[in-house]
Amino acid sequence: MASLKDMRVRLASTKATQKITKAMQMVAASKLRRAQVAAEAARPFAERMDVVLGNIASAVAGSDSAPRLLAGTGADKVHLLVVCTAERGLCGAFNSSIARLARERANALLAQGKEIKILCVGRKGADQLRRQFGKYIIEVVEQRGVKQIGFAQAQLVADKIVARFNNNEFDVATLFFSRFKSVISQIPTALQVIPPVFEPAAETTTGAAAGYEYEPEEGEILDDLLPRNLSVQVFRALLENAASEQGARMSAMDNATRNAGEMIRKQTLTYNRTRQAMITKELIEIISGAEAL
Amino acid sequence: MATLHFELVSPEKLVFSGEVEQVDVPGAEGDFGVLAGHAPMVTTLRPGVLTVKTGGGEHKIVVLGGFAEVSAKGLTVLADTADTVADFDRAVLAAQIGVIEQQIAKLEPGNALDNLITRLDNFKAVDRHLTGTAMH
Repeated sequence: MASLKDMRVRLASTKATQKITKAMQMVAASKLRRAQVAAEAARPFAERMDVVLGNIASAVAGSDSAPRLLAGTGADKVHLLVVCTAERGLCGAFNSSIARLARERANALLAQGKEIKILCVGRKGADQLRRQFGKYIIEVVEQRGVKQIGFAQAQLVADKIVARFNNNEFDVATLFFSRFKSVISQIPTALQVIPPVFEPAAETTTGAAAGYEYEPEEGEILDDLLPRNLSVQVFRALLENAASEQGARMSAMDNATRNAGEMIRKQTLTYNRTRQAMITKELIEIISGAEAL
Repeated sequence: MATLHFELVSPEKLVFSGEVEQVDVPGAEGDFGVLAGHAPMVTTLRPGVLTVKTGGGEHKIVVLGGFAEVSAKGLTVLADTADTVADFDRAVLAAQIGVIEQQIAKLEPGNALDNLITRLDNFKAVDRHLTGTAMH
């Protein structure tokens, strides 16, 4: 049986924990709002990029001159998995659900006899994948110290991917990130970026695209556009991830705060009961002592 | 005067959207002006200053690379960075010029070097332009 002092100390520590989780939840809520605004602001660019690229891609599709970033290497042997996760934990299942999706994909590809390479953006994903796939991880890009995700970070990652692609290090690249649906629901998503997969919607604009003039030539424009498109995709993934992370952290911390509250209630109850029992016991001792005289 | 729909988008935000009379765009192969009814075209941009003319006057916007699409719907410019001349941070430009100069010092002659030198020239042109407008 714990002494009253022990129980007091424990109660105080639970209360302190609750204060921390409560504060983390509020911080996450305000960061979430900022991340959501950023994600929404980036949407028009990505959408228009998709449309324009879809137009040009359908114009050059079928011709032999299509650049490799668009058409792929023609092989399907080496897969690059770009796993984007957070730098910090304490955000529920956010990191592990992305890592799990990547792990399942990796296992499936290995079972098919394909080669895989993993590029991790964010420390947490690397930590989780290192144990099983340590020898496949070719690079870890840490985002620590990055307060607000800018286009520059995405470009950095995209440049690394393009450089490796041009070195013939892989044939197919897939981005893993968490799509932000709502505070309680983030969907881990795999998106193939090299060669890019266009939405079927792009097909409908094909007719209008026929009359475009290109300056410089289509090929040169595509050479410029495709790496940029990759940066945009990575940027979008990072922004969605940032919003998802804060959302996941917010709901995880909300749960933690509630659980701490429940614990405090129970501990206070036991503490008070024990205290009363002690007082009663002492009274009985005094009274029976007095009676015995 | 007939107007065309003009949208300027950077990865971080939608910078400008609206009806304008004319836009002068710094294309990779030379500046060009876009009026209503322009033939559809796609081009890449060099770092430079984009001028938007509306009934009310002129806006100057600094764009550092990107591309432009003219379609029947109007002109869409997707820029890597886009800031109005007033907001543009000259320090950023100066820093980038410094980085490129360092890279040029390290490179062997070749295509990459040529590209970088072109880029440097463009950046310096923007810088000169800004210095010029600041003095007016």
